[in-house]
Amino acid sequence: MKNYLLSIYQPQGPAPEPETMRKIMAELDVLRRELESTGSWVFGDGLHDPATATVLRPTGGEVLMTDGPFAEGKEHLGGFVIVRAPDLDAALEWGRRYAQATTLPIEVRPFATEAGG
Amino acid sequence: MAVLVRLAGDIGTAEEAVQEAFAVAAERWPGDGIPPSPAGWIITTARNRLIDRNRREATRDSRHAEALLLHAPAEPPEEGPVPDDRLRLIFTCCHPALAESARIALTLRLLGGLTTGEIARAFLVSEATVAQRVVRAKTKIRDAGIPYRVPSDADLPGRLTSVLAVVHLIFNEGYLTGSGEPVRDDLCAEAIRLGRLLAELMPDEPEVLGLLALMLLIHSRRAARVTAEGSLVLLADQDRALWDRDLIAEGQDLVRRCLRRNRPGPFQIQAAINAVHSDAPTDWRQVVRLYDQQMALAPTPVVALHRAVAVAEVDGPAVALDLLDDLDLDGHHLFHAVRADLLRRLSRDHEAVAAYEAALARTENPAEREILRSRLTER
Repeated sequence: MKNYLLSIYQPQGPAPEPETMRKIMAELDVLRRELESTGSWVFGDGLHDPATATVLRPTGGEVLMTDGPFAEGKEHLGGFVIVRAPDLDAALEWGRRYAQATTLPIEVRPFATEAGG
Repeated sequence: MAVLVRLAGDIGTAEEAVQEAFAVAAERWPGDGIPPSPAGWIITTARNRLIDRNRREATRDSRHAEALLLHAPAEPPEEGPVPDDRLRLIFTCCHPALAESARIALTLRLLGGLTTGEIARAFLVSEATVAQRVVRAKTKIRDAGIPYRVPSDADLPGRLTSVLAVVHLIFNEGYLTGSGEPVRDDLCAEAIRLGRLLAELMPDEPEVLGLLALMLLIHSRRAARVTAEGSLVLLADQDRALWDRDLIAEGQDLVRRCLRRNRPGPFQIQAAINAVHSDAPTDWRQVVRLYDQQMALAPTPVVALHRAVAVAEVDGPAVALDLLDDLDLDGHHLFHAVRADLLRRLSRDHEAVAAYEAALARTENPAEREILRSRLTER
């Protein structure tokens, strides 16, 4: 078994309408329950706005603190899910379902260490 | 190779085992003499290396691999790996999570047995680029956990599309290279070999048969398609006596087998169109009907362009020219070449010259350029 990071990328700008948001959240709930019941759920959550981020950067023995995200861009990491899956095909299938539920692009990336169990 | 990949669990380990086996051969054969079956000897030695390796790594995974090894037949057949292994390998090499260029390089390297140098020459890129693509793809297969198996029935149609597209691209690169030589028979032959392998492994998939038929029918005209001087001959001007009747018969027979299954797809329809062209005189009404079918399945501007060529033969060049007006294909040299030809037939010479020049500006293939130039100087 391997762990895969499913990164959810979202565009800058206002959140969807409350009505749309409720529908998305309901679908994400269904997905999470399905992941849990198949023993595939490891962790996942949405993130606050990138403006709430703080970056720590080592510079000549000191660690410098700056306000804001590491990189500014049109898209940012809006949240992520870690799933446990037997192979990439299984992870991609979860990724496909997240892409449909969130209507956002999903990056699927393997973790370096094999998952135990 | 494919059987060893299954036993080893990944491509890199299998390749290492083969290299080790060759190293042992280089040491022993000069003294002991070459064994009666060199290929079988290499496979058996590589297989034994894999067993040794798994014993050394007494982890749970390797015990699983060992169980697989012990259940494998004692002596691998000399003619090559069992078909299932090659089929798994094709689907792994053509996994949609790999870039298209990587899929092509990996398929030619692992299934076609071409060297990185040969692949580099075929696709006009450096050998280092091909080597890098292959290494990167193998690393992703291992690290991302791309499975080594034939997809489930539910996933098969989509995944098969990717496999067939790779084989078709290899064929097209041979049939109409971007530049350099007009035709590369070696690449066409390799694509047909892969197509035959797929047809043998998946005889119930009509699109697999359709692709093989398409390649055979196009390849049957290779001797008539290029003159001794290397210039291209258009279908209508080809010497039909030079066509390969055996390939045509095989291709047409495959088309008939597809039709009986009644599950049409883009490759089957293209094959059927080529099957019609293989009989003289061409039944253009039938060709237009087939293009109509293809438009219903996959309406693309390029298909619409080819349909217009057939319509010109049935309803005349003026009707066909009207059809071209709706197509957004300005960057495509064939679009301008077809337009030029229709304008010439309508005696709109000035517009025809401009269209031939537009076509010339958009292709590097020397044989195609020559045809276009000769049309221009005919004025």
